[in-house]
Amino acid sequence: MIPEIGHFALILALSLALCQGVLPLIGAHRNDPAMMSVARTAAYGQFVFVAISFGCLIWAFVQDDFSVLYVANHSQLSLPTVYKVSAAWSAHEGSLLMWIFILAAWTMAVARFNAGIPKVLIARVIGVLGLLSVGFLLFALLTSNPFERLIPAAIDGADLNPLLQDPGLAIHPPLLYIGYVGFSVAFAFAIAAMISGDLDQNWARWTRPWTIVAWLFLTLGVALGSWWAYYELGWGGWWFWDAVENASFMPWLIGTALIHSLAVTERRGLFKSWTLLLSISAFSLSLLGTFLVRSGIIVSVHAFATDPTRGFFILGFLGVVVIGALALYAWRAPELDSDVGFSPLSRETFLLLNNVLLVVATTLVLMGTLAPLIVEMLNGGKISVGPPWFEIAFMVPMIPLVLLLGLGMHTAWRKQSTGPWIRLLRIPAIVAVLIGIVLPLFFYGRVSLLLVVGCAAAAWIVISSLILPVRSWRREKGASAITRSALGMSIAHLGVGLFVIGVTIVSAFGVESDRAMRQGETLDVAGFEFELREVREVQGPNYTAIEGVVEVRRDGEFVAVVRPQKRQYLVQKNWMTEAGIHPNWNKDLFVALGDQLGDGAWSVRIQYKPMIRFIWLGAFIMALGGLVSVSDRRYRKSAS
Amino acid sequence: MTQRLIVVIASLLFTLSAFAIDTGKAFDDPEMQARYERLIAETRCVTCQNQSIKDSNAFIAADLRREIQRLMSEGKSDEEVAEFLVTRYGDFVLYRPRMTGKTMLLWIAPFAFILFAIFAFIRVLRHRMALTMDDEAADGGAAQ
Amino acid sequence: MNKYLIPLIAVVVLIPILILGLQSDPRELPSQYIGKPAPEFDLPTLKDPQKRVSTADLRGQVSLVNIWATWCAGCRAEHNFLMQLHREQVIPIYAINWRDNRPGALDWLAQLGDPYVASGFDEEGRVGIDWGVYGAPETFLVNAEGHVLFRYPGPLNRTVWDQEFAPRILELKQ
Repeated sequence: MIPEIGHFALILALSLALCQGVLPLIGAHRNDPAMMSVARTAAYGQFVFVAISFGCLIWAFVQDDFSVLYVANHSQLSLPTVYKVSAAWSAHEGSLLMWIFILAAWTMAVARFNAGIPKVLIARVIGVLGLLSVGFLLFALLTSNPFERLIPAAIDGADLNPLLQDPGLAIHPPLLYIGYVGFSVAFAFAIAAMISGDLDQNWARWTRPWTIVAWLFLTLGVALGSWWAYYELGWGGWWFWDAVENASFMPWLIGTALIHSLAVTERRGLFKSWTLLLSISAFSLSLLGTFLVRSGIIVSVHAFATDPTRGFFILGFLGVVVIGALALYAWRAPELDSDVGFSPLSRETFLLLNNVLLVVATTLVLMGTLAPLIVEMLNGGKISVGPPWFEIAFMVPMIPLVLLLGLGMHTAWRKQSTGPWIRLLRIPAIVAVLIGIVLPLFFYGRVSLLLVVGCAAAAWIVISSLILPVRSWRREKGASAITRSALGMSIAHLGVGLFVIGVTIVSAFGVESDRAMRQGETLDVAGFEFELREVREVQGPNYTAIEGVVEVRRDGEFVAVVRPQKRQYLVQKNWMTEAGIHPNWNKDLFVALGDQLGDGAWSVRIQYKPMIRFIWLGAFIMALGGLVSVSDRRYRKSAS
Repeated sequence: MTQRLIVVIASLLFTLSAFAIDTGKAFDDPEMQARYERLIAETRCVTCQNQSIKDSNAFIAADLRREIQRLMSEGKSDEEVAEFLVTRYGDFVLYRPRMTGKTMLLWIAPFAFILFAIFAFIRVLRHRMALTMDDEAADGGAAQ
Repeated sequence: MNKYLIPLIAVVVLIPILILGLQSDPRELPSQYIGKPAPEFDLPTLKDPQKRVSTADLRGQVSLVNIWATWCAGCRAEHNFLMQLHREQVIPIYAINWRDNRPGALDWLAQLGDPYVASGFDEEGRVGIDWGVYGAPETFLVNAEGHVLFRYPGPLNRTVWDQEFAPRILELKQ
């Protein structure tokens, strides 16, 4: 019964989404308040029914309703309840429903929090979001119904993929989707502006907070995915440039360019066509990402198992949305050129470079991701493009970007006089270079050009980001209290600096050791002694495991005990590695148990990961900066 | 096709998230060992879902590691190892695309894009500078 | 041309590529030896380690080279069909027993029947790698000059035979 309610609710949501999509847009065109006000009601209504539907699905999981095919495929009686809930979005149909739910939630938020924004604009924004909802709802109802029945019902389910039986599944997809889907709001604002032909500084001010919130969730989502892969997949890597990872990273890169571009449009009415194009691109890349993951077109451990019919549907939807938006863009953008100027040393210049470098980076990632496909289509056979290429290609635009980052923050709008600028920044620059040389040398005993550049860049960004907050705190030279916007910027950039430090150090000084070990043996890795004390069997709620107890010492002194496991889940019978990790603010000690070799020996992978936590800490701080920035008074003012 | 792959994976008792362990070091010489580890990290496992043969537990990955080890101890260069692999499995097996023909574009791209970006940037900058000077002229020389 | 049309054009170009991409199997690896001489091998036979089977044996007739192993369920699935081909004397089938154990493999053939002219015992998997094998079963179609014409990854059955192998063999006879 409940699944049928869920299904029916979805159909009702579709009809509401149709109203929400069509009527307000017509109403905006005719300036008909009655039709425009349908937007809010329909948005609320759609949300309610989508929530009911999603709730029914989760209920089916919690109640072990194996007469629902999706539940039978992805759950199991002995699965811990928290995983039964997150299993609801662990595969294609359920995660699509979650996408629809999040889109409805964002739409409701826009319908609720739009004080000060003209009714016509809001009607169009909600209308566009409604059309997007229609597309996704049709996709779900026509090709990917999560409520499909399994007759006769299964006695027990096929179990959730053991890799996903982890808190990461509860948090990573929701955060990621909130980000992905959130860019549809910026997209809708862009479409609305292109329809009306009005794109001004007010428009930018209204769009900006929505975009920043979406961006910060995407930052958290991507960072969490990286962290999860690190501790779950057992090989100690945190980014593989896998197609699906790239699919989440490209919207992030463009989203970052977008929030900066919006700043220029808001402040000086410049970069309008940039901002438009970036708004369209961010969401288009979200759609492209969804396509890559769900269509079966690429091979990846992240990809959903699904069939090409669904791929065609998404591609069709993607085509209509993106081509439609870009056609509008080609029509309206020429009219948006402004006559405002700026001098070479100005914040506009730096933000222009920011846009350019981020777009170059995104294009390169897109190129690398699609190259195997394109080459194959041109009958060039199958090729692979992996980390060796991506790492080099990505560095090319990124190194200049991180260097410029520290400069742009302190450059005035329109024209910055060189004298004070140099005086402000020369000491931090020199200190940064010194740190760049001293840090690796002193703490890790080695230097190289890349190391110095990485450490110096990180130090430079950190110091530069602290200038404004520190000045404001000390009320230097009559400086006023720092605005939340500027504080958010400083915090976010500080996060970037921490991120760069993490990446630089762990790439340069991380140590990995694969060895055979017997019980009682000790292995020396990176100055730590790892002793495999014993290997024993343990029981989990729905798995049995072989656990290794590894004691870690340094110079004879006890540091930690880690317990890497090899788990065999009761239903799927696949073996899984759970790494034993001893985390620390400045290093991780990572031990993973491999196969049993002959005569009591086990293969063990031990890794020393210095400063790796800074990678995710940096991302988290970036998101925090976004949050602080969005709480600025000017976004909470109701009048324009 | 998919059926076949499931069959292969099941038969190989493919461990979902394990990783490749050799029973000991491949080479005593740290330079050779480092070179070996780099090569196996850059070689793609031909049966797995996007893993290197360094990280994969599949037996083909172990076989390929053994072959690379053999080739290196015979004194073959990195290019010769790559050639060996590509003759048998095609360019698919290299995570670092070779700088030949069809993949040459990939390696040129980053630098070409940056150059193009710089030119475009300078053009826009000149345009905006000119507008500023117009502004100043219009304001009678009092720039903000 | 309106420079703002460029993004639109780029997407319009991209979409057909993605459409084409949907129609290909991302996991399938094309063989590097199509149209080229089959890789040289020389292995002890499964049944009698003193005897050898090598690429030289392939020359002079059109043949199949089948990669199989006892741990491979797909090989079990296609075995009946291979026996059929053997009984109907359609084409000589050579085999490479890949990464297997000898007693188990001999048992298997004893129980299920031996459709092969000879099975080469590739214990270490070197020959498998030389042939670019990435899973079992795989079947290669080799012509009289010893060149590889076609490789099918997956279990053989009547449908696959009729669609892929029979037409090619017919072509050779003309």
